[in-house]
Amino acid sequence: MENNFLVDAVIYLAAAVVCVPVAKRLGLGSVLGYLMAGILIGPFVLGFVGQEGKDIMHFAEFGVVMMLFIVGLELEPATLWKMRTSVLGYGSLQMVGTTLCIFALMLFLDWEWPSALAVGMAFSMSSTAIVLQSLKEKNQLNLPSGTNSFSILLFQDIAVIPILAMLPLLAKDGIVDDDTHHTFLSAFPAWLQTFGVLLAVGSIIIAGRYLIVPMLRFISHTHLRELFTATALLIVIAIALLMQMVGLSPALGTFLAGVVLASSEYKHELESDLDPFKGLLLGLFFLAVGASINFNLILARPVLILLSTLIVMAIKMGVLYIVGKRLKLAKDQHWLFTFVLSQVGEFAFVLLAFMAQVRLVNSGQNDFLMAVVALSMLFTPLVLLVHERIMIPRWANRMNEEQESDVENNQHKVILIGFSHFGSTIGRFLRANNIESTILDNDSDRVLLLRKMGFKVYYGDATRIDILHAAGAETADIIVVGTGTPETNIDIVKLVLKHYPQARIMVRARNRMDAYEFMDLGILHIYRETLDAAIRVGVDVLGLMGERKYSAFRTGQKFLKYDNQSMKKLKAHRHDMNVYVNKAKEEIARQEEMLADDKDKLKGLSSDVAWDSEYMRDMILQPRTK
Amino acid sequence: MSKVALIFAHPRLEDSKIHKQLLQVLPKSPNLTFHDLYENYPDFVIDIDREKKILLDHDVIIWQHPVYWYSCPPLLKQWMDMVLEIGWAYGPGGNALEGKRVQSIVSTGGPEQAYQEGGNNRFPLEQYFLPFEQTARLCKMEYLPLFSIKGSHRISPEQLQEKKIEYRQCIESLLELNNTSYGK
Repeated sequence: MENNFLVDAVIYLAAAVVCVPVAKRLGLGSVLGYLMAGILIGPFVLGFVGQEGKDIMHFAEFGVVMMLFIVGLELEPATLWKMRTSVLGYGSLQMVGTTLCIFALMLFLDWEWPSALAVGMAFSMSSTAIVLQSLKEKNQLNLPSGTNSFSILLFQDIAVIPILAMLPLLAKDGIVDDDTHHTFLSAFPAWLQTFGVLLAVGSIIIAGRYLIVPMLRFISHTHLRELFTATALLIVIAIALLMQMVGLSPALGTFLAGVVLASSEYKHELESDLDPFKGLLLGLFFLAVGASINFNLILARPVLILLSTLIVMAIKMGVLYIVGKRLKLAKDQHWLFTFVLSQVGEFAFVLLAFMAQVRLVNSGQNDFLMAVVALSMLFTPLVLLVHERIMIPRWANRMNEEQESDVENNQHKVILIGFSHFGSTIGRFLRANNIESTILDNDSDRVLLLRKMGFKVYYGDATRIDILHAAGAETADIIVVGTGTPETNIDIVKLVLKHYPQARIMVRARNRMDAYEFMDLGILHIYRETLDAAIRVGVDVLGLMGERKYSAFRTGQKFLKYDNQSMKKLKAHRHDMNVYVNKAKEEIARQEEMLADDKDKLKGLSSDVAWDSEYMRDMILQPRTK
Repeated sequence: MSKVALIFAHPRLEDSKIHKQLLQVLPKSPNLTFHDLYENYPDFVIDIDREKKILLDHDVIIWQHPVYWYSCPPLLKQWMDMVLEIGWAYGPGGNALEGKRVQSIVSTGGPEQAYQEGGNNRFPLEQYFLPFEQTARLCKMEYLPLFSIKGSHRISPEQLQEKKIEYRQCIESLLELNNTSYGK
């Protein structure tokens, strides 16, 4: 057994280590790499892994749970509240639309209506794992297509629960004698179950506020990093368990916990501790999906299964296209949204297994449907590749064509990357000073809008070397990296450092921690995006409180200078939270001292005489003159 | 009756001994405009159009400030550099300020004895203010005699009280000046 475990581990890890970098190198994305690795080691190619692929898949689904926890950490409750219309409205539109279309198709194919409806619901699911991983890898999560995709996925996560409850009702004999979906609560009456669910959700919110944060604080005082990691894992697993007990989706529960913890000081710590686990488990999950694709079945009826998969995906895309239209997404975003959600997701595996248990589908049908789901997941990265490699460059060309000549003629010395409020302010300022810059942005909505306003904005993903090249990066003097996503900025900075060393880089950092990363890369011009505005507010508060504006202004300027100096000192300590906090306290105290000192110096000017020679002589020679 | 603009420059008024006291006794008059440069332009970016309008709207200009290094604090110098434009305040066509009157109201640390031949500062204070006088002249304005409070770092409360009364009287008399323009 022990040997088996080691052998399995070596096989999985080796497959991943070989296939994923190759796939990445070829620009195929890590998801496809893992899937390929899974197929390679699966029963139909090398045969290293047999049917246990499915068990591993269940285990690895935990990666999705962790992923949603981490996604939750990024979302403050207020942001989530803002998303409610898109989650409920467009999420339900997508699910109902897809379910009905597939339901109708299945009826047409002579399936019985309960099974047809069940399959329709299962197939309306998309894969959170694939979608979020793909979008994150390409830094597209913050684009309109990304946030809307997330809304849809969130709704699907919520919808799994009522669907699981409905399936037994659809089953003819209505018996459930399984033990997989036997929850702790199912023995109790319905009202008590509902109460239990509410209690569980409530306890997550309350525990997140009043139990988990103090616990993390206590744990972090032990100075044992691995204990913090263990605590992070404990939180996620305990919540998953609690959710399972009350029959809710573990992913949903951990997502909620993530949102609750989003405003805590341990957000980044939790994120970085769980990230490797999430990544590995998700990788394992994709591997398992690849390994479980039943090629025997596919080879037996290749046309039927391929055709079915394509039809299912086409239906899903059709519905998504309509949803995207209602969301008024720009063309490239619209198609990305349509493509990225077009697969059937991992929840379908769960639902199909359950459907087999309640005998809504027989085992032959089940295998067939499973194959369709797995194939659709395999096709997603390919479809995305078509989008990225063929459709996007064509739009980019078309969008940029009209201005193409300008790029060549002017060869602007300044390239502005990211034209949000931040970048556009820089752009307006430079233009007011007669400095034309080449502007790059990957949000086509914004590109079109800004062009209407008379800016020369080019559409393109600046993390791609060909786009940077086209923008004239090799002759640029200054490249301002100012997108709203720190990860994107880091990617771009690294690219520029490597390929365009002549360009001076000025970079937008979200906060101190981001700024440290840029400092590590050797960047000299780092601008924390909220620092200046915050200091200006502080200066104006002093002014409104009655302090002289000039003194307040000077203090603000000094504060800015000292803050940047202290950052350089604190940089070295940032990886050890405790040392960092102590050093930061010291720095803050020093900063306050220096500002006070500065005020004292200014006081010298107070009696209007500091410079006055008479006064100086009196000061120095006081004993003699007296 | 004249309209008086008091252009005030003090980088650290909150710790001032003299000027804070002086400002307390400023006469309340609709014809007196108190204009605090350091409070309006803490970043030294002077609104030239606004300043020109203030100058045009008044008949008498006061430059009130402590004396630093035998001159005015830097923002007032910046104000002169930026506002007194060629072709507006002086030079060809520069007649905008013609006929107005200017007075400097200043405080020094050194006492009267320091500002004379043989004293520590060797020259009377008026000599240090020749550049201000000439500035006014170049802009076709009349430069009124200097009002100064000397020896401010040792001034007694009684002396300061006296100076405050003098200061108020000085400004009141400026407000009462008749508006006939001075030498063309």
